[in-house]
Amino acid sequence: MKLHPVVARCFSGCAACHVLGEGIFLCMGRSNKRVQEIIAFDELQSDFKNPIDQRNPVHARERLRNIERICFLLQKLVLPEYSIHSLFCIMFLCAQEWLTLGLNVPLLFYHFWRYFRCPADGSKLAYDPPAVMNADTLIYCQKEAWCKLAFYLLSFFYYLYCMIYTLVSS
Amino acid sequence: MSAPAGLPPRPAGPAAAGYPGGPGASREAAAPQAGPPGYQNGPVQNWMHLPSGYGSHPPSYSAPSGHYSQVPSKAAASHLDDQYRASYYPPYYSAPAQNALTPSVATSVLHTQESQQFYHKTTPQTVGSAEGPTQGAISSASYLITSAQQSYSAFGNHYSTSVSSSVASQGFPLNSDHYTMPVVSGAMYPHVSYPVAAGSVYGQAFTSQSLPAVGQFKETNTFSTQSTSVPHSLQQRVPVGYNSTISNVSAQPVQDNLSRNLTGSVAKVNNQINTAIDSSSTTSSASPVLNNYDALEGGGYPETRSVTSSPVPAPAVPQTSKASKPFGYGYPTLQPGYQNAAPPAPVQPSNLGHHPGFQHYPQQYPSVNQLSSSLGGLSLQHSQQPESLRPVNLTQDRNILPVSSVPAPVPNLNSDLRKLNCSPDSFRCTLTNIPQTQALLNKAKLPLGLLLHPFRDLTQLPVITSSTIVRCRSCRTYINPFVSFIDQRRWKCNLCYRVNDVPEEFMYNPLTRSYGEPHKRPEVQNSTVEFIASSDYMLRPPQPAVYLFVLDVSHNAVEAGYLAIVCQSLLENLDKLPGDSRTRIGFITFDSTVQFYNLQEGLSQPQMLIVSDIDDIFLPTPDSLLVNLHESRELIKDLLNALPNMFTNTRETHSALGPALQAAFKLMSPTGGRVSVFQTQLPSLGAGLLHSREDPNQRSSTKVVQHLGPATDFYKKLALDCSGQQTAVDLFLLSSQYSDLASLACISKYSAGCIYYYPSFHRSHNPAQAEKLQKDLKRYLTRKIGFEAVMRIRCTKGLSIHTFHGNFFVRSTDLLSLANVNPDAGFAVQMSIEESLTDTSLVCFQTALLYTSSKGERRIRVHTLCLPVVSSLTDVYAGADVQAIVCLLANMAVDRSVSSSLSDARDALVNAVVDSLAAYMATASNLQQSMLMAPNSLKLFPLYVLALLKQKAFRTGTSTRLDDRVYAMCQMKSQPLVHLMKMIHPNLYRIDKLIDESTIHVNDRVVPQPPLQKLSAEKLTREGAFLMDCGSIFYIWIGKNCDNNFIKDVLGYPNYASVPQKMTQLPEVDALSSERTRSFISWLRDSRPLSPVLQVIKDENPAKTDFFQHLIEDRTEAAFSYYEFLLNIQQQICK
Repeated sequence: MKLHPVVARCFSGCAACHVLGEGIFLCMGRSNKRVQEIIAFDELQSDFKNPIDQRNPVHARERLRNIERICFLLQKLVLPEYSIHSLFCIMFLCAQEWLTLGLNVPLLFYHFWRYFRCPADGSKLAYDPPAVMNADTLIYCQKEAWCKLAFYLLSFFYYLYCMIYTLVSS
Repeated sequence: MSAPAGLPPRPAGPAAAGYPGGPGASREAAAPQAGPPGYQNGPVQNWMHLPSGYGSHPPSYSAPSGHYSQVPSKAAASHLDDQYRASYYPPYYSAPAQNALTPSVATSVLHTQESQQFYHKTTPQTVGSAEGPTQGAISSASYLITSAQQSYSAFGNHYSTSVSSSVASQGFPLNSDHYTMPVVSGAMYPHVSYPVAAGSVYGQAFTSQSLPAVGQFKETNTFSTQSTSVPHSLQQRVPVGYNSTISNVSAQPVQDNLSRNLTGSVAKVNNQINTAIDSSSTTSSASPVLNNYDALEGGGYPETRSVTSSPVPAPAVPQTSKASKPFGYGYPTLQPGYQNAAPPAPVQPSNLGHHPGFQHYPQQYPSVNQLSSSLGGLSLQHSQQPESLRPVNLTQDRNILPVSSVPAPVPNLNSDLRKLNCSPDSFRCTLTNIPQTQALLNKAKLPLGLLLHPFRDLTQLPVITSSTIVRCRSCRTYINPFVSFIDQRRWKCNLCYRVNDVPEEFMYNPLTRSYGEPHKRPEVQNSTVEFIASSDYMLRPPQPAVYLFVLDVSHNAVEAGYLAIVCQSLLENLDKLPGDSRTRIGFITFDSTVQFYNLQEGLSQPQMLIVSDIDDIFLPTPDSLLVNLHESRELIKDLLNALPNMFTNTRETHSALGPALQAAFKLMSPTGGRVSVFQTQLPSLGAGLLHSREDPNQRSSTKVVQHLGPATDFYKKLALDCSGQQTAVDLFLLSSQYSDLASLACISKYSAGCIYYYPSFHRSHNPAQAEKLQKDLKRYLTRKIGFEAVMRIRCTKGLSIHTFHGNFFVRSTDLLSLANVNPDAGFAVQMSIEESLTDTSLVCFQTALLYTSSKGERRIRVHTLCLPVVSSLTDVYAGADVQAIVCLLANMAVDRSVSSSLSDARDALVNAVVDSLAAYMATASNLQQSMLMAPNSLKLFPLYVLALLKQKAFRTGTSTRLDDRVYAMCQMKSQPLVHLMKMIHPNLYRIDKLIDESTIHVNDRVVPQPPLQKLSAEKLTREGAFLMDCGSIFYIWIGKNCDNNFIKDVLGYPNYASVPQKMTQLPEVDALSSERTRSFISWLRDSRPLSPVLQVIKDENPAKTDFFQHLIEDRTEAAFSYYEFLLNIQQQICK
């Protein structure tokens, strides 16, 4: 079926507007999550300054619990984030926002790769409590979190701009 | 460094043979001029003067010398003074700040004159010291000195030191050593480390290492008495020298580093000293008193240690000369290639004075430190290049194995630092010369990492009881021999360079009962020390030793008959279990239900409590399951006697391991301790049940090996819980079929336990395994144990640790949490260089292991390792420690095969060889590209990697059971280097002609030393008998036509045919060959904690395949022979 060009443009404009608006909200949500993750990593990394305190066995227990808690938190955050992002990409696809979709597809693939590649015993990618404190894993995860935060923030403003642009132009 | 400044490439052939005629001749000429005065003057005279020359370095020499005499009375004042300084000056720069403090108006003229004056005095001294052994060395030294003198005016402050370093580079190590070291310790006193000066006090600690060392200490001591007797001349000289320093050095924040380096490179000991020390240390380790450490645990300093005979100057002299001889003569014995290659290097600095090109130097080396490191590098090349860098043509050299075991390379440090350095058995680095930058490290294509064996059984360990443990205030490093004392009251951390105060208590030396000698404290004299921690280090009282045994009693287990062995061993060793009066013990057995044993004191017999609700496990009587070993001893004995027969008629085939472990965790969580789990089959009930994942048809697959990772994370989570409650789980897996070790191992991996695996265990059908279990248990039950431990690894700023290998939980980026630590656990660490190390010439690593001993004391064992930094690729190769590299690669390969795939890991191993050899061949441009060359230090690299590829863990194509493979991988991650190397590359000896071999004497026993044989069937002759030492097992292979006398004398059977199939012991026959063989085997056994099992193999024996699988140089259906492997590498390099 072929829509009247004007109707079609109107529809796509509306849809884009909707999608972008949603995008903004979700983006905020995701940025929020990223911030949460970054805080979590910082918490992981921050050592207790008093080494005597740290070497005390009672403290060891706390510390271990802490690491486990943070890891489980991070693991819980992973799936929602990935699914929201995938949902997004599907909506962009429906709204025929090719440019936005193009921007998001690399991240989508990265997410797929990361999710399905995780080995059972958890290497660096799965926020595995025994492995996460290895410096290279920790640094990798932290970098990833920062990069994603930057990406989400930028896309937030981009979506905002796009939405306003579509609103104004239609 | 100075490689660009005209360091000639190492000549490979005889092209440079003309060299000795050139500069060498002028050296000869210089010799007679300098020689005689040395004799006339005599060393004593010179010693008095020389220190003043050195005195130019300590920035505040006069001040501390004031303290020195007066401190006891003026302690308070000096303390104040100290505080003031510390607070006023930024810690980092306090050395220069000190310089600024003192009035410094030095005219350079005065400076020059003064130091030249010193200089002339130095000359005869050095020569005097060199008297006798090596004419060449003397002449070279004097030659250097004269030339350096001319360059002096430009070189300013580091004049004297740089000279000493170039002297050293001429390679007459111990001579200069003896004389310069006292100088350092005397004059640079407040400045550098004093290791040797104080050595005499602790001489005892070194005696087992080498005799010459003692001689040196005595020498030193003579000196110090002399120096104190002439304080006047010292003080007069000091100010001048001091001022002169200021004008040049005040901008050097790391100045003491420099001087340390320069004096550090003073003495080079060539390989002979290594071997000398090695052989003597093996002799001493031949009788390790494994648990005798407890005797030391008593307290402070056992008096015996300080009972060094008071040094008598007179006998020291002959000893010194005796010691120095081999080193002097060592030089000419080096390979011809060495002499060709090396000489140009040291000439460079000494020629500076003459050369017009000298002008460039100041620009090229704007900082003194750079210069110092470059000089250090030069001297390094000279002394070490030859042996470790001599190119070896791998495809042509067929006999690359050394005669005896491969020694660890000795870091290229000066001899006093080297003597203080940590033993390579407990602390080893893959590169003994640390590259300056990450770029250089990447170029070398070698992994950088540490191999640790921190809790090793030691026969000598200084234990320090002190209310304050001196540590750096910013990085918390423990004070160690490589810190520098800026003056008497302050020391500079060698890891973060912060200047710290020396606490008042530290001024008093409890060993000598003297005051004001912080540098002679045992902490500063030993790189391996143990502190007894004060109450600051614990919030809860130290936990008691708690042992829980979890035993599988299903039908399968009873059938295998392990229970009897375990109970018997426990009964025998009940009194030897490490612990104190609080020691507690408990037992749990399980099949499809979990059985607890109430052993409460007062019961007439042990009470069995059965919990069949395995889905929700609970403790029937929480209080009486873990009982005091001493109070309930009789009940425990009753139980152990009854246990083996209690389940003989059981029909229960299921095994509820998971619930039993949960119960154990609940039982242990209030205290923490050790859980020993004995499991004989796949857990089939309750939480953590597993299914068979192995496909027997895939055992010899060459493609994919699956299921190396765990099937469930139940065991990992439980292990983390245990780790949090300071409980370690040790797993003994005694199974005949597949039991998914990959999953079960997690319980030990993350709780810092250990894993033992006895494939196809059966008490009567497999006596070798039964005997092994018995021996392992004996060791396991009686060895030392540390509870609630943490280990932190610190390294010099700029280096960072990024991955750990071993059994532990990583709690922070540099902190490992170890619920238990045992003496057989090894660890590996990968490192990277984050910041360039250009402004330092030494890096240090410190491992601190805090644990609760079985006696309920909190203790800290500290190891410190010091290594030089180099800036050229050749030096990096020169310092490569091939065994450590291979072990680290094995650890990395295990990780890779779990996270990625086995074939990936194998490729990575091959690539490691290919890349590093290619990189080496690219640097040595004069090598013929068509040949496969390796530096001498890495000549065993391809062989070891091939051995790794044929090891059970990584081999493909040969039928390997999944559990065997996984167990080999676990071993790689958790074994210390020594054991791992035997696993990877066993030692093969021919033993039928031991009477003819050279021998050593150990504890009144004659131990023959047969040479190492290649691991190749070509070495096995039918006429011989061979012993293969695989670490945990000894194979004796007997050829068909072996001499009947040997079979009769050693094996106790009349001929070959009558030797039984399953022979695990050698009879005590009263014959020389028998005696020699037995003493050789027991000598090999003594060198390791686990006593290996002996297996005699005849040709028809089924164990023959095991033996032949270890002949890794031979071709198998699935793998290359060594030669083919080399060709393969060569092909890949050329690609």
